[in-house]
Amino acid sequence: MDSDIEDFNSVASSDGFVEDGGSSFGGDDSDVQIDDDFGDDAAFETQEKDLKAKKKHFEVDFSVYSPQDIQDQQDKQVDEVAGLLEQPKESTAILLRYFRWNKERLIEQYMDNQEEVLSKAGLGQDMTTSPPRIEIKDDFMCDICCEDGPGLETFAMKCEHRFCTDCYRQYLAQKIKEEGEAARIKCPGDGCNSIVDSKSLDLMVTPDLTDRYHELLMRTYVDDKESLKWCPAPNCVYAVECGVKKRDLNRIVPTVTCDAKHGFCFGCTLADHQPCPCSLVKKWLKKCEDDSETANWISANTKECPKCGSTIEKNGGCNHMTCRKCRNEFCWMCMGLWSEHGTSWYNCNRYEEKSGTEARDSQAKSRQSLERYLHYYNRYANHEQSAKLDKDIFHKTEKKMTLLQSSSNMSWIEVQFLESASKALQQCRQTLKWTYAFAYYLARNNQTEIFEDNQKDLEMAVENLSEMFEKQPDQLAGLKVQMMDKTAYCNQRHIILLDDTAKNLKEENWQFNTTLS
Amino acid sequence: MSAPLPKRIIKETERLQNEPVPGISAEPHEENARYFDVWVDGPDGSCYEGGKFNLELFLPDDYPMCPPRIRFLTRIYHPNIDRLGRICLDVLKNNWSPALQIRTILLSIQALLGAPNPEDPLNEAVAKQWKENQPEAIKTAREWTQLYAQKK
Repeated sequence: MDSDIEDFNSVASSDGFVEDGGSSFGGDDSDVQIDDDFGDDAAFETQEKDLKAKKKHFEVDFSVYSPQDIQDQQDKQVDEVAGLLEQPKESTAILLRYFRWNKERLIEQYMDNQEEVLSKAGLGQDMTTSPPRIEIKDDFMCDICCEDGPGLETFAMKCEHRFCTDCYRQYLAQKIKEEGEAARIKCPGDGCNSIVDSKSLDLMVTPDLTDRYHELLMRTYVDDKESLKWCPAPNCVYAVECGVKKRDLNRIVPTVTCDAKHGFCFGCTLADHQPCPCSLVKKWLKKCEDDSETANWISANTKECPKCGSTIEKNGGCNHMTCRKCRNEFCWMCMGLWSEHGTSWYNCNRYEEKSGTEARDSQAKSRQSLERYLHYYNRYANHEQSAKLDKDIFHKTEKKMTLLQSSSNMSWIEVQFLESASKALQQCRQTLKWTYAFAYYLARNNQTEIFEDNQKDLEMAVENLSEMFEKQPDQLAGLKVQMMDKTAYCNQRHIILLDDTAKNLKEENWQFNTTLS
Repeated sequence: MSAPLPKRIIKETERLQNEPVPGISAEPHEENARYFDVWVDGPDGSCYEGGKFNLELFLPDDYPMCPPRIRFLTRIYHPNIDRLGRICLDVLKNNWSPALQIRTILLSIQALLGAPNPEDPLNEAVAKQWKENQPEAIKTAREWTQLYAQKK
């Protein structure tokens, strides 16, 4: 019963985010004074606002929360429920975590059978009386280190499994630092199910560990809620709430943006991949990485939890797996529920043989379609590569803009069109890239022609703009109006393409040559 | 070269030698006090009865925060022990508690010999045989015990 989870998604996707914030020349938080006499720029801004005002088919509702918001949310719920159950906050928090923040279910079951709920959640009865404290006991020997000197400081929770504070601390540090546990740290006593509450923890561990502990608690809060997800960008602190459910993902691509302007897909937490639905993205990426060593290793050594999809490496032990993230128990061989599987586990042998032939068949098929695949892959890869090159140019843009200001007597605000162009290029290429993955899985029908036309129009517009973008600074000034037009046109084609694909996806008008899992 | 031995390990070792558990012996190596040579008797009434099984036990640096590493050296026909002698036992993994000891772990292993659990198999071939034809499996386990688990 052993499982190790690496969330490959969140690690692998650090690259490729379209970041349009944080630039030094005009992000939203820039404090540059804007003069009043540049009428055309003001007009441009309102135009952008107008586009956002109306909700399009490819847009979803979401809200962004800072760590403080999330803490407040938790505190608020704990306060509410603590009052109802007449339990201290620490115990209430443990109860809520045990019920994965399902207040109604907790209250219902608590009212039904208080004792059972308390013991199941790892709380003895009667948490209300004395606060946790460190004590010195006579004739005490710590079962962990065997120290028995007089004046030894000891600690125990209500379960009365008493150990010296050094060992207790070391144990908690091990759990928090090495194992990343927080919400479900058990008493170190053998076979004891008591959960270490936050008050005991605050008393026992050093401030740096307390911070880590509370961070981990926050992680579990977000992880436990289907409607909440962390922004996957490296070191980003925001979480996003979105009502799109897992089952909706074949009909909608929920692209969201955190307050640090990281755009990502709420469904799979990869970088924005509109118009391609998550399941196709997953398939496509798997296919593209077929040759890479990492992909080989992952497919050879890991499987995905059948319930939550976490990538799991079996690093020893028997076939009885318990997913560390969602606690799903399943059989490593057949991936079926362990509970349903008890006495007939050896059916798994047959299953493996069958999937072996399936794998061989699909390999043969993939060879047949290799040519078709390469057509789409080359275009996909080209846009990815071009987006990277455009990004390099984007970084050089600031320099260009300074040059432009000195060479053509344009003011700072007048050269903003370059940044807009760069932004548009990034976003359009990101979308174009995924249209090829999308097209690869698309079966021909009347809709596909419209789609391909849209794709062609956007692609041409993007290539034109990209070409202008590469011009020398002295030429750029003369191209300003043209570039602004082209940028607006790209943005417009971009929206048309996204809206058309999203609308047809919602209405299930697309036919795919594969099943959307 | 190594850090002084923690009091816990010294006490455990002393107690293992002064009050040995019947049917179990654990001797630390002279050159490495964290490495134990272990012998466990097959429990009476089980198909391992009469066998003496040799195991190696190592206490890692973070013991007792981490469980000891244990492996059968003697070949054994058992659904929860694989060909390399590795053991599938909850207390050696998820359910390890620092309050457990070498002696309690060895007792658990002895108990595992008395109660093989083919529902949680590590050695699938053996577990399959155990479920499909238990008398045959028990017979094989007995034969292996006679063949491999005899102290010279």
